[in-house]
Amino acid sequence: MKIHEYQAKEILKKYGIPIQDGVVITELSELQAALDHVEKELNSKQFVVKAQIHAGGRGLGGGVKFSPDRAKAEENAKNILGMTLKTHQTGPDGQLVRKIMITEAIDIAKEYYVAITLDRAKGKNVIMASTEGGMEIEEVAAKSPEKILKAWIEPGFGLQAFQARQLGFGLGLEGEQLKQFSKILAKLYTCFLQTDAEIAEINPLVVTDQGNVLALDAKFNFDGNALYRQKEILEFRDIHEEDPTEVEAAKFNLNYVKLEGNVGCMVNGAGLAMGTMDIIKFKGGEPANFLDVGGGANVETVKNGFRIILSDPNVKAVLINIFGGIVRCDRVANGIVEAVKELDLNVPVVVRLAGTNAELAKEILASSGVAIIPADGLADAAEKVVAAATGGQ
Amino acid sequence: MAILVNKDSKIIVQGITGSEGSFHAGQCLEYAGNVVGGVTPGKGGQMALDGKVPVFNSCKEAREKVGANVSLIFVPPPFAADAIMEAADAGIEVIVCITEGIPVDDMTKVYAYLQTKNSRLIGPNCPGLLTPDEAKVGIMPGFIAKKGRVGVISKSGTLTYEAVHQLCSVGLGQSTCVGIGGDPIIGTKMAELLEMFENDPETDAIVMIGEIGGSMEIEAANYAKHNVNKPVIGFIAGETAPPGRRMGHAGAIVSGADESAAAKKKIMRECGLHVVDSPADIGKTVKEALAAVTA
Repeated sequence: MKIHEYQAKEILKKYGIPIQDGVVITELSELQAALDHVEKELNSKQFVVKAQIHAGGRGLGGGVKFSPDRAKAEENAKNILGMTLKTHQTGPDGQLVRKIMITEAIDIAKEYYVAITLDRAKGKNVIMASTEGGMEIEEVAAKSPEKILKAWIEPGFGLQAFQARQLGFGLGLEGEQLKQFSKILAKLYTCFLQTDAEIAEINPLVVTDQGNVLALDAKFNFDGNALYRQKEILEFRDIHEEDPTEVEAAKFNLNYVKLEGNVGCMVNGAGLAMGTMDIIKFKGGEPANFLDVGGGANVETVKNGFRIILSDPNVKAVLINIFGGIVRCDRVANGIVEAVKELDLNVPVVVRLAGTNAELAKEILASSGVAIIPADGLADAAEKVVAAATGGQ
Repeated sequence: MAILVNKDSKIIVQGITGSEGSFHAGQCLEYAGNVVGGVTPGKGGQMALDGKVPVFNSCKEAREKVGANVSLIFVPPPFAADAIMEAADAGIEVIVCITEGIPVDDMTKVYAYLQTKNSRLIGPNCPGLLTPDEAKVGIMPGFIAKKGRVGVISKSGTLTYEAVHQLCSVGLGQSTCVGIGGDPIIGTKMAELLEMFENDPETDAIVMIGEIGGSMEIEAANYAKHNVNKPVIGFIAGETAPPGRRMGHAGAIVSGADESAAAKKKIMRECGLHVVDSPADIGKTVKEALAAVTA
């Protein structure tokens, strides 16, 4: 689960990590009070107006503006709040800016990158630090991996002071800044563990002209499996930032991800769902979605699955691919028949059922009288649905 | 022989009194008859599966009283890490954890804990193990598989069934099918299983089904290049998955350049694996690879 910058900063603040502070507003009527606060409480005569959306790349997209005076801050706030911000992470439609953060302006002497995440290969958490602050770390990793310093943390022992020092020295820090940096890392690791974060990233971590080390921007991603024990974190969820169809799907325990193609698919199991998307592409089509109906493919899930797939107007044909292990194919077949009848479908539906009671399922489909294109095997199913989507059927 | 489990395995089910646990324990018992008991703390002394097997309070007790050496876990996510460590502490040799949704931080601890024990963990978030006709330790439907000489390693459940189905339809049975799980941290990785299958005299070829995310397939491919003489047939699901989007499994997300399906398949090919682009070609390609070996 992702959160906004201002929420990430709230968390950092709670753990005692210095931040570039500010005020979040959702309406322009709150603007004057926010500017007053930054001027008086944070002693900053200059401001930064920052769009609050989950996607990265806000600065390049025009969602972060330095404002040298109050008038300029007002102008920037009016432009940014309510704008549709497009970045390389928002997709072509962009994301509506519903909240902005008005922050103090910081005189930056140097920018760094710090993050904690899991190293899957080692089964340990890793702290990464780099002098290339403010950059996309993926780019740094690709172009100059030697500029990313790493320290792996032993589970049960935790981050050691010497590891933090080593990273700090590696970045060229010394004196007061090294001390501050080490403290920040220790606090960030505690925070990472206690919040069940998947990633805790401060980018950039800056040294100010005055010699202070603080977080200018931060990004967190939390382990969805651990949210049951992270009530406070769960309250940070912003449903507006999620795809509405995906949110709707999740209500029915369906795992849906929208894609750009025109062949809808409904599959049981994540691996087979990806494999089905792949073979659609392999046969010359483009998948419109990933949809895993999970272990309980019954009448309701099939119906809801159809509704969700068909809410995408691009979909020209649907492939249902169910490999019944625990799931019985005859039940799935009944679900399909009922759903097709009830929903009055106007796109071709190709059905491939294999596994438990697959033969019985085929009879149910054949004798149902509903217009379903039966398929044998994965390749046959993919060929038929691609043909149907392109009008060849 | 096969690997990990066989007809002599003595299987217990942790969480046997839960609805999922009891259903699947029954299926495993029916398949090969080698489920010897279950564990539910506080319900020791009862009988489960219509009076067929005893329930114990702890794995240690099950180990002592019925000689359990394999455990199958159906415990809910908040308690699953504890269940795995309990089984390892009791000296259970093979632990299969089906549970989906265990927090990653719990698994980093489990992973470190297991380094101090002699147990092997399969999963979590996996369909488990199946040695056809000998042992079913998980949720794979037994009837789709048949005894034979192809080892199967897979991150996914139903895609494993698909591969097994294709193998059977070209006349090839399986030695053991292993669903390793789709989580970021799992107990047994692909390379370790390649080693086991390479050393198993009852396995002639190995199917390895991976997916986007992580680097396990690349590590396995590099291992195979130097250490595996049997043909390895590989597929990576998620060629069409966009970067940064999680595809169902907690581990199935492309977050680095080498984690895409295309990048993994390229390296697997360079390491000498038989890589299929279409998931419909798995069975056929195994057959061809085996024919090339004997030719």
